Parts: sequence; structure tokens; C-alpha cells
Amino acid sequence: MRRYIVQRLLQGVFLVLIVTTIVFFLGRLTGNPADMVLPEDASEEDRQEMIETLGLDGPVHTQFFIFMGNALQGDLGLSIRYRQPAAEVFFSRLPNTMKIVPATMIVALVLAIPLGILSALRRGSVTDRFSGAIAVLGIATPNFWLGILLIYLFSVQLGWLPSARMGGFTHYILPTITLGTFLVAGFMRLIRSSMLEILDSEFVKLARIKGLSEFKVIWKHCLRNALIPVLSLWGVFMGGLVTGAIVTETVFAWPGVGRLTYEAVIFRDFPLLQAVIIMDAILILFINLLVDILYAYVDPRIRYT
Amino acid sequence: MRRLPWTSLIIIGAMIFMAVFAPVLTPHSPTDQTLSDKLKPPFWEEGGSTKYLLGTDIFGRDVLTRMFYGARVSLIVTALALSVGGGVGLLIGIVSGYVGGRLDSFLMRLVDAAFAFPAILFALLLAVTMGQGMKTLVIAISILLWAGFARVVRGEVLALKERDFVALAKVHGCSPARIMATHILPNVLNTFMVLVTLNIGVVIVAEASLSFLGAGIPPPTPSWGLMVAEGRGKITSAWWLSLIPGIAITMVVLAFNLFGDWLRDRLDPKLRQL
Repeated sequence: MRRYIVQRLLQGVFLVLIVTTIVFFLGRLTGNPADMVLPEDASEEDRQEMIETLGLDGPVHTQFFIFMGNALQGDLGLSIRYRQPAAEVFFSRLPNTMKIVPATMIVALVLAIPLGILSALRRGSVTDRFSGAIAVLGIATPNFWLGILLIYLFSVQLGWLPSARMGGFTHYILPTITLGTFLVAGFMRLIRSSMLEILDSEFVKLARIKGLSEFKVIWKHCLRNALIPVLSLWGVFMGGLVTGAIVTETVFAWPGVGRLTYEAVIFRDFPLLQAVIIMDAILILFINLLVDILYAYVDPRIRYT
Repeated sequence: MRRLPWTSLIIIGAMIFMAVFAPVLTPHSPTDQTLSDKLKPPFWEEGGSTKYLLGTDIFGRDVLTRMFYGARVSLIVTALALSVGGGVGLLIGIVSGYVGGRLDSFLMRLVDAAFAFPAILFALLLAVTMGQGMKTLVIAISILLWAGFARVVRGEVLALKERDFVALAKVHGCSPARIMATHILPNVLNTFMVLVTLNIGVVIVAEASLSFLGAGIPPPTPSWGLMVAEGRGKITSAWWLSLIPGIAITMVVLAFNLFGDWLRDRLDPKLRQL
């Protein structure tokens, strides 16, 4: 197990390096970021100055080594809009994102696991068909629109819930639903289909023949196996979660990392966006590592391949 | 066998019809502003008129007209992104699976890396460095798509290359390139078509999300995602601006997803788990 963790950790570091390299070259080969940052009528001196501030002068490979050297020391450049080190801006926003994303994931799992199991156990029942419909709809609804729809219904029309910014408990309800719907839909469908397969397997039959209670069969023998596809398709969910966080925080004016990403795009704050992406990469790969370890723990077959 | 999903086909047909005949269907322009007619509600609401069936936006542009032209943008982006992203994925999948060895493990590592990191972030970066536009959008969405195609196609090819007809072609002296093009490719086209259909919804949502985040087609060209974004600030007074394009996106994505499910069950049921 320890060897496996070390191996995954090294792979993670390697991936962060790849992402950083891609971000670096994508920014410089597809155009000159200085032109995107400056207004169109900027003078040539302004342009030269901006090119120097952004570290875009000199040959590309020298730029690359300076950039990497600085990045390794935690210096990811200055945000143009905030006039602060980009990494600092990122860390000042991170806690706000952490208040909402983990909570949403827990709520999503708490809802999806029982619904998925119930749908599989009572195939074709009203519960199954209802949750199936919710899942299909939840996957098709883009979450930026879902957020606006919820604001229209619960804030504008009914006046029950706040529509923006951080605050007490009620401020969490709409963003959580917006971000969590696709997770619940995806988890539920995966758990249902893997449960159906497992319920039909030999070891479940054996567990039943042994006379184990139905409760033990389902919750102990089946669930652990049913969760495996959720973990192995984690990357897909992670992608959706990052997109979802950017969109949800934008819609609800939630001052987290997602909203910061949006601001960096809108204000063409190239150094900030670059820093946000690299920091996101580190964060995501760290989370993926934890998931992989959990995966190896749940499914011993992974450890030995 | 499941019945043909008629409702889905009607919705898809309606969208294509709207996109193709947009200029004939409406007397209004999608971009010209008529400020005297701004923020008119849909015809069934008080103050609305049949001149603007679904109302007008803050610049007095007809919402329905912008929906028609927005359907065009969605379909063009979808077609281009699926051709580029799906095509690259198909090519990498075939080569990776057939050639095997080091190349295969390298390409599959790349696919793993693509799955481990959300492509949306690269898409946003591209929009900032290359500038907004159709080219940027298509490249960005292709980055999102290729890995999924490559992985599934490679899996198919691994099974195909052990079959007798491939061995026979080798005995006949066919070059690897020829085997891949004439013997492997036609046999993965079913799977490819199913993947294309299942990903249409993904692309439409991706295009709308990027446009919503200010990284899609630049205004004033109408796109459904952009329309939702533009109407967001007016949600208290003019609900139709955001909600109507959103309903359209959801319905179309739903229709394509259900149609894709049907096609998969018909052509390639073993893809069920995806």
C-alpha cells in the first residue's frame, strides 16, 4: 500500500509539472497576453512595459526557466486587477469555496446512495422511475441556468431565500442545490447500475444462502462494491465539479475560487488566471490522490496491478 | 427493442429547422437594436404584443429571433467540435490500440492526464490568450472531448485486432496503415457514431457554459448561453430573457441524450456502462 501511495504521489507531481508547462506555452504560443490585457489604443511604450511586467521579454526558454523557478518558490506573478501576488489572492478566496464544495458533495452522496440502492432493489417501481426521471433531467440541465431558475423561483417570486453573497445557513441552500444536482444524478445512476450487476453476482447469492440478513447483504456486501464505479469515474465528476463551482459561484456572487476564475477571464487578468489554473491543478491532483488511495482501500485489486 | 424516441426527434428536428431557416422565419434582425421597444414581455404577458412573440431584451432585440440564430451557433459549434475533437480521439484510439507497445502506453497516460484535469480551465485560458471566437471555442471543446473518444475506441480496437480478418489482411501483406484504414476503421464507426450522439448534449452545455462565462462567441452574435448570461441581471423584472433560452438548452440536451441512449441500445449495447 505504501509503495502504491508513493507511486501515485510521484505521478501527481509529474502531472502538475505537465499542467504548468502546458499553461505556460498555451499562454505564449497562441498570442501575446500583453495585447489581451492592454486596451487597443495603448502606446508602444506601454506595450513594452506590460511585456516586461508579465515576464514576456527574452527568448521563450529563458522565460520558461524563470517562470518555473519562481513558481517553485511560490511566486506565480502579480494579479493585474488586484495588484497583489496572484497566489495570495487565490488563498484568500479558497476558504469560501471550501465552505460550499465539500458540503455539497456530502449532501449529494447522502441523497444518491439510498436512492440508487432503492432504485436497484425495486426495479421498475415508482421510486425507480421517479429517480430515473430526476437523473435524466439533472444531467440535461446546465447548472448556470438551474441557479438562475432557482433564484427566480425562490428569491424573486416566493422571496424565501437569499439570491446572492455569503451569509447564514439560508445562503447555502440554493448554491448547494445548483452545484449538487448533477452530482446526485450522476452518482445515483452509477450506483443503480452497479447495484443491479452486484445483486446478480455469486457472492451475494452466497451471502443470502448463508442466511445473512438482507440489511447486511445490502449495506455490507453490496454497497462497498457499488461505490467502486463512483470512485473510478471520479475524474469525470471532478471536471464537472470544477466547472460547476465556477458557474455556481458566478451566479450567486459567492466570493470563492470559482468566482475568482470568472473574474480573471472577464477582466483578462492573465497572470491571475495562470496562477488559478496551476493552483487548481495542485489541489485537484491532491484530491485525486486521496480518492485513489480510498479506491485502493475499497478495491484491493487496484493495489496489486 | 426500444421504440424510436419520437419526442426527441421532433425537438431535434425543430431545432435544426429553426437554425437552417432562421432568416426566413423572422422579420427581425438578431443584432440590430430598437431601443424604443426594449424589454417588451412575451405576447401572453401584460404589455406584450404579437410583434415580438417572446419579448425583447435590453437593446430591443427580438428574443425569438435571437433564439433562431442562437440555434445556428450551437449547431455549428457542435458539428465542428465533434468533428475535430471526435476525429482526433478516433485517430489516436485506432493508432494507440493497433500499434500497441510503448506508443500505446504513452498515449493512454496522456488520456489519463486529460481525464484527471478539467479541460474547462484550459478552455478559459485559451479564451484569454487567443481571444474569443469560433476557432477558440472549437479548439477548447475539442480538448474536452478527444480523451473520451480515444479511450473507448482503443478498447474496441484491442478486441478487433485479434480477429481473423485482420490476421488474413496481414498475411496478404497489407501495411499497418492500410489495415487501420480499411479493416479497423469501418468496424469502429458504429461505436464512433454512438459516442458522437451521446456527446452532442455535452458539447451544447459546454458551449453554453463557456459563453455564459464570457469565453464563448463574443457579443452581439446570439448564443443561448450568452442570452442566459445577458438576462441574468434582469431576472427580477424580465424573467423571459434568461429563462426562455435556458428552457431551450435543457430541452435540446435532453432530446439529444435520449436519442443517444436509444442509438446506443440499438447499435452498441455494450457501451451501456458509460
